[in-house]
Amino acid sequence: MNLGSFNPVSAVLLIPIGAAALLAVLPGYRLTARLNVVASLATFLAALSLFAIDRPPPGPYVLVDDLNIVFIVLNTFVGFTTSIFSASYIAHELDTGRLTPAYLRFYHAMYQIMMFGMNLAFVSNNIGLMWVAVEIATLSTVLMVGIYRTHAALEAAWKYFILGSVGIALALFGTILVYMAARPVVGEGQDGMIWTLLIEHAAQFDPALLNVAFVFLFLGYGTKIGLAPLHAWLPDAHAEGPTPISAVLSGLLLNVALYALLRFKILLAANPEAIAPGPLMVTMGLVSVVFAAFMLYRRRDIKRLFAYSSIEHMGIIVFAFGMGGPLANFAGLLHMVMHSLTKSAIFFAVGHISQIKGTQRINRIRGLTVTHPALGWGLVVGVAAIAGLPPLGIFMSEFLVVTSTFARQPLLAIVLVFGILLAFGALLLRLTSVAFGRPRGSTASAEASYVPMFAHLALVLGAGIYLPAPLVLWFQNVARLLG
Amino acid sequence: MQMHSLAFDVSHTLAGGLVLISFMMLYQDRLYSLLNVFALHALVLALSVAWQAYIQDAPHLYVTAVIALVFKAIVIPVGLHRIVKQLGIHRDIESAVGIGMTMLAGMGLVALSMVLMLRVTADADPLAREDLAFALSVVLLGLLVMVTRRNAVSQVVGFMSLENGLVLAATGAKGMPLVVEISVAFSILIAFIVIGIFLFRIRERFDSVDVSALDDFRGERR
Repeated sequence: MNLGSFNPVSAVLLIPIGAAALLAVLPGYRLTARLNVVASLATFLAALSLFAIDRPPPGPYVLVDDLNIVFIVLNTFVGFTTSIFSASYIAHELDTGRLTPAYLRFYHAMYQIMMFGMNLAFVSNNIGLMWVAVEIATLSTVLMVGIYRTHAALEAAWKYFILGSVGIALALFGTILVYMAARPVVGEGQDGMIWTLLIEHAAQFDPALLNVAFVFLFLGYGTKIGLAPLHAWLPDAHAEGPTPISAVLSGLLLNVALYALLRFKILLAANPEAIAPGPLMVTMGLVSVVFAAFMLYRRRDIKRLFAYSSIEHMGIIVFAFGMGGPLANFAGLLHMVMHSLTKSAIFFAVGHISQIKGTQRINRIRGLTVTHPALGWGLVVGVAAIAGLPPLGIFMSEFLVVTSTFARQPLLAIVLVFGILLAFGALLLRLTSVAFGRPRGSTASAEASYVPMFAHLALVLGAGIYLPAPLVLWFQNVARLLG
Repeated sequence: MQMHSLAFDVSHTLAGGLVLISFMMLYQDRLYSLLNVFALHALVLALSVAWQAYIQDAPHLYVTAVIALVFKAIVIPVGLHRIVKQLGIHRDIESAVGIGMTMLAGMGLVALSMVLMLRVTADADPLAREDLAFALSVVLLGLLVMVTRRNAVSQVVGFMSLENGLVLAATGAKGMPLVVEISVAFSILIAFIVIGIFLFRIRERFDSVDVSALDDFRGERR
């Protein structure tokens, strides 16, 4: 390929793969950590250039449209900032001997393979390829969750593995059923799996078969989104793996599964006789919100606390997309972006905090704003954002979700508000004890990288105050696409 | 017409055989015999896939058949045999639920999948729809094995039989693309699981691969 025909789609796929191969063989922490950052930055820039170029026409494997550009740019951006955070986090892990150089090489290679898998899932126009990509992303994160090889880490990785595999298997069965529904209309072979072709002909598909397919896909990908009651893997995987992985799990991997689900939701919506996917998604979303909100009160581990908060927010997002319509879809999309940015920022702070204090137990961390002002106040802002306080971005998206629901289904909105308020209380309760009061635990100074955290928080704050008009237009456009 | 009904009968028999063998897994109470039954399961799957490759005239499916035969019917069971021996866990499987209840639940699941799939796919061609109904039964029975066993190795066997059901469904869906790729992807996944049991030295760290023992190390035990 010559430079004249620079192709950003293949760039977002090939850069991570090439980097993974390099990182697997190169020795030395400094070099590989920097290379990881550079590769992630290059992928992010390639993703940005998707805006600039003429989009390739949808092919048998690759599709670029308004919807997935949002996901890809968000994915590569958080991947890039996390790689910066990861560099300083991992340096500390090497110093304390929790990771050896060999494992580090493995970690960096897996990080890039995970980015590859996620990007592939976003750009694929083929529902079979998308399934394979989600599997790649899952596998690589399983390996990273278990990387410390402690009792707890192995248990978490095993649980994640088994539940994730079952989810993946159910999703494949659903994918096969979609193909079966498409075959009489679209024809045999490759065409029966190409999403753009499926959507064109979806109205003629057998509705009963599509319904069953969607139930399997919903359960399968829903497991990966972390919807209650299929969420059991999520808190453990977040708590026991390295914190950069918790950040990308919450910020990105959950979005990948959500994206897959949205694609099939659009497909189902195109068939007038199939069941509406909305009520299913609304129910599971609400159950997740309320369940996670209650569970937040019983958490003693700071990473688990924020893992449950992720379940709550994914519940809100799935709820919003389930309600459907331009406004709720817009709100869901905005909420997803805000949640990714905020939650990864929180994990950046929590990662450094737990390294300094040498523990993840909430009752052994006190008075952070006194001893570590930058980290402490960063966490305060992050938690205020995730709890939904104005003027931060999540307040706006939650407000939109709630008001648009009140206009249509007041009863559902009451349940939703109840869940959000409950979670709000739990988070503030924990925050006050962690951030304020008399300091407890180690007061060693932090060798932290603050840039990623504050960059994310600044974006969230900026979005809460003012959303640029082109962005709003873009999101409105996508919201229409989502039906 | 004669040929068509033979094609139908043979694939019907093989798919039905898979469901039967899935039932056999439910009541195996020793790991070795469970592994043997699984090898049989994979063998029948390989035959079924090869038969589909023949009647659909789809040579690429032979690759999937060979993978099923070599990898799942030979390499994995032999490897797991060794792991079980090395870990010294060839004692009885602790079944979380009684065998009678498990069998009843299994029958319920098969009935459910028959009713569901046959009703839903009323318009599809008969070969595909019965294949799909059998495949869903195998998938659900695999899930049941995973739920009722607490031992990590037998959970893996349950997962592999579930996956066999998926391959059956994928090959039964005539002309489905990416079947070979998906079966390769699954083989990698399974290889990772097996290597994971071995390399992560679950035995060394837990003295057992009983998943309930893992529960004791949960972060929030109070």
